[in-house]
Amino acid sequence: MTTMPAALSTRPRAKRRTGRIDPLTLVAGGVVALFVLLALLGPLLAPHDPNAVDPLNVNAGPSGAHWLGTDDTGRDLLSRLIAGARATLAAPAAVIAVSTALGTLLALTAAWFGGWLDRFVSGALDVVFGFPGLILAVLVAAVFGAGLTAPIVALSIAYLPLITRVVRSAAIKERHLPYVAALQLLGAPTARIWLRHLLPNLLPLVLVQATIGFGYALLDVAAISFLGLGSQPPDPEWGLMVANGAPSILAGQPQQSLYAGIAILVVVVAFNLLGTGLSRRLLGESA
Amino acid sequence: MSLRFLSVRLGMLVLTVLVSSLAIYGAMFLTPGDPATLLVGGSRNPDPAVLAQIRSDYHLDDPFLAGYWHWLSNFLQGDFGQSLVYRDSVTGLIGDRAGDTVALVAYAAVLVLAGGMLIGTVAALRGGRTEALATTLTAGAMAVPTFVMAVLLIWLFAVRLPWFPVYGSGEGFTDTLAHLTLPAVALALSWIGYVAQVTRTAVRGELRSEHVETARSRGVPERVVIRRHVLHNASGAMFAVSGVGIAGLIATAAVAEQAFGTGGLGALMIEAASKQDMAVVQAVSLIFVIVFVVINTGVDLISAAVDPRIAAQKGAIR
Repeated sequence: MTTMPAALSTRPRAKRRTGRIDPLTLVAGGVVALFVLLALLGPLLAPHDPNAVDPLNVNAGPSGAHWLGTDDTGRDLLSRLIAGARATLAAPAAVIAVSTALGTLLALTAAWFGGWLDRFVSGALDVVFGFPGLILAVLVAAVFGAGLTAPIVALSIAYLPLITRVVRSAAIKERHLPYVAALQLLGAPTARIWLRHLLPNLLPLVLVQATIGFGYALLDVAAISFLGLGSQPPDPEWGLMVANGAPSILAGQPQQSLYAGIAILVVVVAFNLLGTGLSRRLLGESA
Repeated sequence: MSLRFLSVRLGMLVLTVLVSSLAIYGAMFLTPGDPATLLVGGSRNPDPAVLAQIRSDYHLDDPFLAGYWHWLSNFLQGDFGQSLVYRDSVTGLIGDRAGDTVALVAYAAVLVLAGGMLIGTVAALRGGRTEALATTLTAGAMAVPTFVMAVLLIWLFAVRLPWFPVYGSGEGFTDTLAHLTLPAVALALSWIGYVAQVTRTAVRGELRSEHVETARSRGVPERVVIRRHVLHNASGAMFAVSGVGIAGLIATAAVAEQAFGTGGLGALMIEAASKQDMAVVQAVSLIFVIVFVVINTGVDLISAAVDPRIAAQKGAIR
């Protein structure tokens, strides 16, 4: 899970490629956009009420009324998948927002001041990195109870080192470029150097890290919901749907778990491909 | 390997375990209510007399650090406290289930080592279509999350083709092997993909290197070149990535155990967390963190002992 290292290098502002975006990145971007749209509008687009049970129509196969069939209580699977996009994407979005904002701030602070502060931040992050995200999430869930709070809190902490390490080493290089010293000599306030110069130059790297991190975070949140410690029934969150459908598999009805699993897989792969594509384009590198 | 590198890594190991244990112990004080309610299993209405007993047993009324020290020293002596939900000592609960987790992780580790290195090496040596196919398949394996792979395997190899049993962890060696095959495969697959990709890159890199060219041009037989010059030089990277993979297996074993209903420490931790049985969650999560950190540190130290350049590099980066 979170232990999968994001294979990324850290050179910003290298030669940028211009011209056409490669088709794979374009497709990945389209898929991501589609899922974000579903997350925003999901409940409006769902053809049926995602929580309406139909005891007479349990585990039905695909039909005109139910394109993907129904689950073990007769709820429309397509509607549940569409309505569940919001819960599935919102939690990792929160994780990435918190860890990226906090991580970038930490990285800039460590790079700017250097010395013992930098060593302390790096050491602290190494310690955090030694604590697997999934286990942290289970611990937090035991304290706060099952729900999305636990995975969001735990994963925001667990993802902090992944973002900070990469941004920090880029920020150190940036900070030692001559133009920063020139700005300091001209008497530019530190805040302005950070906001107007360092941050904009690091932004492409931060964006790439956040995009790739989003895929992993989504996977982790879904896994925690699958374990029963995240989203709670009757929420149509996809990880929870995979778990809900598991008993039906033994009865030869895999559709609920299978479709929810495929949805997770597609969105994770799309975020990953978009991230590597952005990295190639914005950072001029094959990540 | 310099003494400095060794002491820094060991110091880091101790520090990580200490800070983690502090976080694990301290987490229960973040609860909005009385931390003692977490130790009886949070959701029910506890008896005030029982709560008072727990407060004194766990030294909850003492200063925070005194309570922490008491808990940690008990933990280090193998006394993990009592689970009031399971009505058993936590040590007993863990002892009953540790074997299942060790068996599962060991099985998966064998698959990761054998499968990952073999696929990666063959792909790099054969090249061409074999390499392209292996790259695609391993990238695919890395993308499928363990819990999705689990339901997929159950459907394919327990329902459609009834080859493997799915629940429980089995009795005796062959039965255990049969019960643990699907969970171990589900757990191992994404790491097999990861190890295979790193192995392939390492072997590819060596194949293109100058010393291999030189050995070939001097007429050293290809078998010897591959064994002595290519695989030998790539083995450092293969070892390091396998260590990362095995540490990763431990961190995610809980998912496979839960998905397949094989008992184990991970499944115990998740069940205890959903019942808010804090004593169990604290003990099991600290065990997992210690094993995870020890494996990672061990791999780093062995890598550095075999190849001193690694210690120099890591010292420079951190």
